[in-house]
Amino acid sequence: MLQQLGQLPMGWLLIALIAVFGSAAFFMGRVRAERLLVSTTSRMHSRPNYHGYYVAMWATVPVVLVAMAYAIFAEDLTRSQLTRELPSSFARLSPVELQSYLESVRMAAGTAASAGADRVFQAITNRYLELRGLVNTGTLVLLGLLAAGGIFFAQRRLQPNFRARAFVENGMQFVLFLCAGVAVATTAGIVLSLLYESLLFFQKVSAWDFLTGTRWNAQTEAEFGALPLFFGTFMIALIAMLVAAPIGLFSAIFLSEYASPRARAWIKPILEILAGIPTVVYGFFALLVVAPGIRTAAIWFNETAIRFGLASEPILAAQPTSALAAGLVMGIMVIPFVSSLSDDVINAVPQTLRDAAYALGATKSETVKQVVVPAALPGIIAALLLAVSRAIGETMIVVMAAGKSARISMDPTSDLTTITVQIVSLMTGETGFDDPKTLSAFALGLVLFIVTLAFNVVALRVVKKYREKYD
Amino acid sequence: MTDTVRTSAPSAAAAKHLKRRRAADGRFRYYGLTAIFVALGALAVLVLTIGTQAFSAATYNVVKYEVTLDPAVIAPEGANRPADISRNVEGFYSLVRDELLTTFPEAEADRVSRRELSDFVTRLAVLPTARLVANNPELVGNTITLTAPLNDDLDLYLKGQGVKERKIKAGTVSSVQGEEDGTFRLAGAEAFEAVVTGLAVASVDRAEDAGQPDVLLTAGVSTGRLTDIDAGSARMELLTGRAQDFAQARPTARIIVSAESERTISDRQIAWVLALKEMGRVDRVPRWTLLTNSDSTYPELAGGLAAIVGSLLTMLITALVAMPIGILAAVYLEEFAPRNRLTEFIEVNINNLAAVPSIVFGLLGAALYINFLGMPRSAPLVGGLVLALMTFPVVIIASRAALKAVPPSVRSGALAVGASQMQTVFHHVVPLAAPGILTGAILGMARALGETAPLLLIGMVAFVGDVPRSPTDESTVMPVLIFSWSNNAERAWEPLTSAMIVILLAFLLVMNGLVVFLRRKYERRW
Repeated sequence: MLQQLGQLPMGWLLIALIAVFGSAAFFMGRVRAERLLVSTTSRMHSRPNYHGYYVAMWATVPVVLVAMAYAIFAEDLTRSQLTRELPSSFARLSPVELQSYLESVRMAAGTAASAGADRVFQAITNRYLELRGLVNTGTLVLLGLLAAGGIFFAQRRLQPNFRARAFVENGMQFVLFLCAGVAVATTAGIVLSLLYESLLFFQKVSAWDFLTGTRWNAQTEAEFGALPLFFGTFMIALIAMLVAAPIGLFSAIFLSEYASPRARAWIKPILEILAGIPTVVYGFFALLVVAPGIRTAAIWFNETAIRFGLASEPILAAQPTSALAAGLVMGIMVIPFVSSLSDDVINAVPQTLRDAAYALGATKSETVKQVVVPAALPGIIAALLLAVSRAIGETMIVVMAAGKSARISMDPTSDLTTITVQIVSLMTGETGFDDPKTLSAFALGLVLFIVTLAFNVVALRVVKKYREKYD
Repeated sequence: MTDTVRTSAPSAAAAKHLKRRRAADGRFRYYGLTAIFVALGALAVLVLTIGTQAFSAATYNVVKYEVTLDPAVIAPEGANRPADISRNVEGFYSLVRDELLTTFPEAEADRVSRRELSDFVTRLAVLPTARLVANNPELVGNTITLTAPLNDDLDLYLKGQGVKERKIKAGTVSSVQGEEDGTFRLAGAEAFEAVVTGLAVASVDRAEDAGQPDVLLTAGVSTGRLTDIDAGSARMELLTGRAQDFAQARPTARIIVSAESERTISDRQIAWVLALKEMGRVDRVPRWTLLTNSDSTYPELAGGLAAIVGSLLTMLITALVAMPIGILAAVYLEEFAPRNRLTEFIEVNINNLAAVPSIVFGLLGAALYINFLGMPRSAPLVGGLVLALMTFPVVIIASRAALKAVPPSVRSGALAVGASQMQTVFHHVVPLAAPGILTGAILGMARALGETAPLLLIGMVAFVGDVPRSPTDESTVMPVLIFSWSNNAERAWEPLTSAMIVILLAFLLVMNGLVVFLRRKYERRW
């Protein structure tokens, strides 16, 4: 019996229970309020619906809290009790082995297909199910009691002059506040998880070695000098910006200063398609078209240089995946980030400045170069900074087209690796969270987070300052 | 400018200067135009490359096999329940293989050619037929036409993408004579002149160290390999069919530049597939399996169904979490929040979250959901929650803009007739802002649908052969499937990956189209 209870689909059950309790409580409160409305001579303070919501609040809020506690603690509770009851022979297992054993017990319990396994395992699985059933039953009983108590308590408080609406609205406002708080919680979660795992990592590898070491070999040996990764990231972002900055900026100038409204209405959304294409598509494009093209071009360049006696051996590395391929494609991807924002700030430059320049006899291009762009410069710089931050954090293009060898090389046709590539390759293996390999991914993530955050904060500051100046 | 040409020094300099300035002006405009064209050109190249590749993967070649469903093979005594039949892949496969061997008896000669012929169809390709027969047991004993996709390399060959070849029409062969070593001597006045010329052309673009190109000669269902070619005669090693087919015929010669050892398909396989095509047994049909099959290690059987369902489940979780939280948070910040330090801090937080690299959310998901809370790896539940954290700042920002656009007079009016602030907001402001909020949410979801990197970190990159049934099942999503397929080495995966990209883009297009439609229909200016 307990074992069957241990196999209950608790997730669905809890959601269903909350819905049932909530609607039942609502109708009970509402019906009671309507009776009050009929029987009383004075006016009710709140509409019957609010009384219903009030009772429903009392019925569901404690239930939801207990359900959340169940979701977080039930498994741990069961396991710790089970561990205490295990035969003494299990004491030899290391904590990791014990966890993986318990995990297999959980899997077997979930499918109820432990047949064929040895008897000890079967017995432990059955005991696990019993304990789980005990926890499940306890939770369900507690939930029932809480809901019934909540409804009983709330029903008693309903009076004609009871300010149900005020209670409900205050509760609602608190929920709204909590939703807004999720943003803070997310940031806190990011910072805490990155910091926690990074600190574990820095206990094993010194932070100084990590930041300044030039040998990165995390997969095979324990060499964690991240400088080649920083270099690769910087190099690829630089190539991307060399593509995106001129193209994005000139596009923005053309669209805002030269293009007819009709052309603008067409071209701008098409440019923004570039920002909407998933990055994995860019990665595939880089892998399929750009990287082989660059390799062919580099080989041709090498052969030509040797033929004309300019070099005795190949100058360029001409590897199948290269920093240049990833950088070029990433540059195309960030064009709309540069052009859209620059376009906005250029449009925000007051027309009077242009008119003044024309009045002095300046041509259109002189006006743009000497008046409009300088006036919009802070915004343009912010746009470029945001684009750089985007390029640094971009993952799929570099994973697919930039390569995996950590080296410092100025040759753009050699394959370089980046922070994001290494995070992906470190985290996609089957390793535990106590492995320095996995932890180093978090240290890299921390660096990435700090750097992109710095770029964003500076960019937003610049934009804010600029807005204050012209609005 | 016609008669008064000024010649005094300063004016000439000024005119020259002016000319230079005007030229600079023109150039500047040109730079802008070039930039636009480069950007649009890049987009066009991307779309065209992927589009053409996807187009070639939209159809594939299937082969028809006429097989008799021998009960002894597919439903032997003791294993003839429907469940057994549907699992009896080996039995059905042997039917197909035997049928091929009957059609091309020369393959019985040695093991290599037997294997080469068996390669025409993969074992798992007969699974749909096995299921069909299991559901209709009355078919057992009858003769049915079984259709199975052709091996991916041969499929590419028939599409003209796998092996480079030049097709040349030869002249009339007047005589065919058998030789002692089993080869045949074909002769005819200037029958092979065009072939000799073609060979000369082909050898020009070949590397020096490579051997002679292969020449295959096809007449009807028969194909042979040519050697010792001169203008009037050639020696032929028959690969399939009958030598008599060549007599009095004008066969087609195929010059294949790469040597047999460098190719994924052999000369014999080419001969057989050409024969099958000549018999009308090969059809090029739309590849619906791309939408109805799940992932496979064989490109001709692989499809995206599991990933599409996985994406939908993930998006469902994301929508259920990100939309309510995002919208309610926006309502709070826009309508209720007092202007104080705390609110300002929350706002700064939201703006920064929207710019955090997506992979950092993946790290958060791995550390928080999987390591700390012990949720299952590779599950849409975790993927959806990670993407929800990424999406909800976007939803908040869009919803706030929509709420801000509702004029204050609406609020004042509601408050004036005695509504509480909560009633004002939820009865009047939010319904008016709903289209804007919805479009913002859809755009956020579209971004999440194309996201790959964070999902790699929570293990959604694993090979998933089954369609997930619940949010806690192991699963993958479309962009991750694209990533996995692009890592596969075989050539046939390239068009397939492109086709999957087109499917993903189609989903995104629908979502963005919905946004445009909602904007057109409901957008109002106050």
